[in-house]
Amino acid sequence: MRIVILPKENLAEFIGHLRSFGELHAPTKRGEKSLVFAPVSDLSEIELNYTRTILPLKKYFFKATDVMFNFCAEKGYELPVEEADKKYVIFGVHPCEIHGLKILDLVFGGKYVDTYYFARRSKVAIIGLDCIPDDLCFCRSTGTDFVDTGFDLFLSDIGDSYLVRVGTSLGDDMVRAADSLFRQVKKEDREAYKRNSVQRRDSFQAEIQLQDLPGIMDLEYESHVWEEVGEKCLSCGICSMVCPTCYCYSVFDELSLDGNTGQRKRIWDSCLFKDYALVAGGHNFRAQRSSRVKNRYFHKQRGFVSQYGRPSCVGCGRCKAYCPAGIDIVEVISKLRSEIRV
Amino acid sequence: MSNHCSGVRPENPYLPHPARIIRTLPQIPDHQLFQIRFEKEQMAESFTYRPGQFVMLSVIGTGEAPFSISSSPTRPGNIELCVRRIGHVTDALFRLRPNALVGVRGPYGNGFPIEKLEGNNLLLVAGGLGMAPLRSLLWYALDNRSKFNNVTLMYGAKNPDDMLFKYELLNLIDRADVKCLLTVDTDESGIWKAHVGVVTTLFGHAEIDPSNTYAAICGPEIMFKFVLNELLKRNFPKDRILMSLERNMQCGVGKCGHCMVGYKYTCLDGPIFTYWDTINLPEMI
Repeated sequence: MRIVILPKENLAEFIGHLRSFGELHAPTKRGEKSLVFAPVSDLSEIELNYTRTILPLKKYFFKATDVMFNFCAEKGYELPVEEADKKYVIFGVHPCEIHGLKILDLVFGGKYVDTYYFARRSKVAIIGLDCIPDDLCFCRSTGTDFVDTGFDLFLSDIGDSYLVRVGTSLGDDMVRAADSLFRQVKKEDREAYKRNSVQRRDSFQAEIQLQDLPGIMDLEYESHVWEEVGEKCLSCGICSMVCPTCYCYSVFDELSLDGNTGQRKRIWDSCLFKDYALVAGGHNFRAQRSSRVKNRYFHKQRGFVSQYGRPSCVGCGRCKAYCPAGIDIVEVISKLRSEIRV
Repeated sequence: MSNHCSGVRPENPYLPHPARIIRTLPQIPDHQLFQIRFEKEQMAESFTYRPGQFVMLSVIGTGEAPFSISSSPTRPGNIELCVRRIGHVTDALFRLRPNALVGVRGPYGNGFPIEKLEGNNLLLVAGGLGMAPLRSLLWYALDNRSKFNNVTLMYGAKNPDDMLFKYELLNLIDRADVKCLLTVDTDESGIWKAHVGVVTTLFGHAEIDPSNTYAAICGPEIMFKFVLNELLKRNFPKDRILMSLERNMQCGVGKCGHCMVGYKYTCLDGPIFTYWDTINLPEMI
């Protein structure tokens, strides 16, 4: 992999160069404490030392509300007019986010390819940025604290400079377009990178043990823990909305006032919503809150492992950060394992 | 950027293809058989499927829902869907008249493992609307009669007025190459000449050799439990008991998540599961 060094004093200029590759988006302040990925015009608007945005990157590819088709009574369903072929550059993407996208690639790919998702994916360049975990991050446990693919460029802070890994041909074009801003990797850079790697590793506070979790989950299928969590859960679904790998959606036809035309849309759904497993006729396969909570954990930590060989959790900590009932995934898993530590 | 995107743009898997309702055949109250044909002649002729598969049917302006195919691929051209009027999509569907435009995509799901079934005896056990997917397998077997050994159908309805495909199935009773056992839970009118009693009472009227038979079951949840009991009592191998399951499905192609049970999508990995599958996936039945 090609690796180069970007001195920090050149970052602002490099950001300027990136804008010629597409509309620039980056983590930026929304409220006092909240951050979002949004369009930015220069470095001053970008929050470099952030931990997590409210919504993950999925919002760019798998929209919260999406028009799937236009329809009319005479012709049936037709594809909506394609979005203009606009390019985007998303700067400041953490490793867990990139892993989240790689997981969504698996889900939306396969035998049936979700054309909406991949059409947008092909228009977006990803510039990764490393981070220092806070007390909610457990990406080291989920093996998503580091990425070696899934980005065009990846920047790691090594003090005065960024060590830049070039992941794709497009990323290489970005570096070459601003060639004079970069320099070769020196011995001190390598040492600094390795020192930071240790420092980052040591700064994790939260941890879950995933190794044999699928087996434990089968054993604890009838555990009272599910009742306890179900009692706390409000079925609000926020954990699904903010999760980088939750992809469930609901489809509906929206009729125009003319009664003849309309749009088929899809919106983000959550397996915690009461009507999620409801079928016509009124039978609800998961009427109990505890069974819906259990299903969410099972799908992420058990089912996905069977299907794709890894859990679909990337350890970003959002589900805990935004849960109004204070449900903590690390605590739930520890309880299942009967290893609650005070 | 993702490397999934290079090359030829794949087809949108969610696009419903225009199709017309050819005929609606009332069955029993609130149940109709819809004969549907793709608008494009080439598609109508080439569309094929396995018994047990389903399609996503769109009623334009109302929405989309999954329906198992009740016709057999041995009789191509039109597809037949046996529908119960039970939700907002089926409500709107029942208001449509012949020649109305609808959208159809599919076929989806695994369907019955026909290659494995061939050369064996077939035991089909249906209750109520469970006859809808099994009718496809029944006619597939009867149209390829030499590929199967004994074919037995056990079908139970609440009463004679609630039996789907009643005359079609009554006609099978006299056929020598299929054992057609029909029963009703109750018959207040006294006109019913076949069996009376729940579907499991039919097991006393058929000889079943579990070593070379596949059982296919479809019906209400409560029926599964009693029929499974009968089969397990006869030492039926767990992977020779096939069940067609129902779930909320909104995409049909393993994306929207609603039909997920454990780590299986009912729409992709099912809707046909073996009893062994269901033991390994709690909450499946």
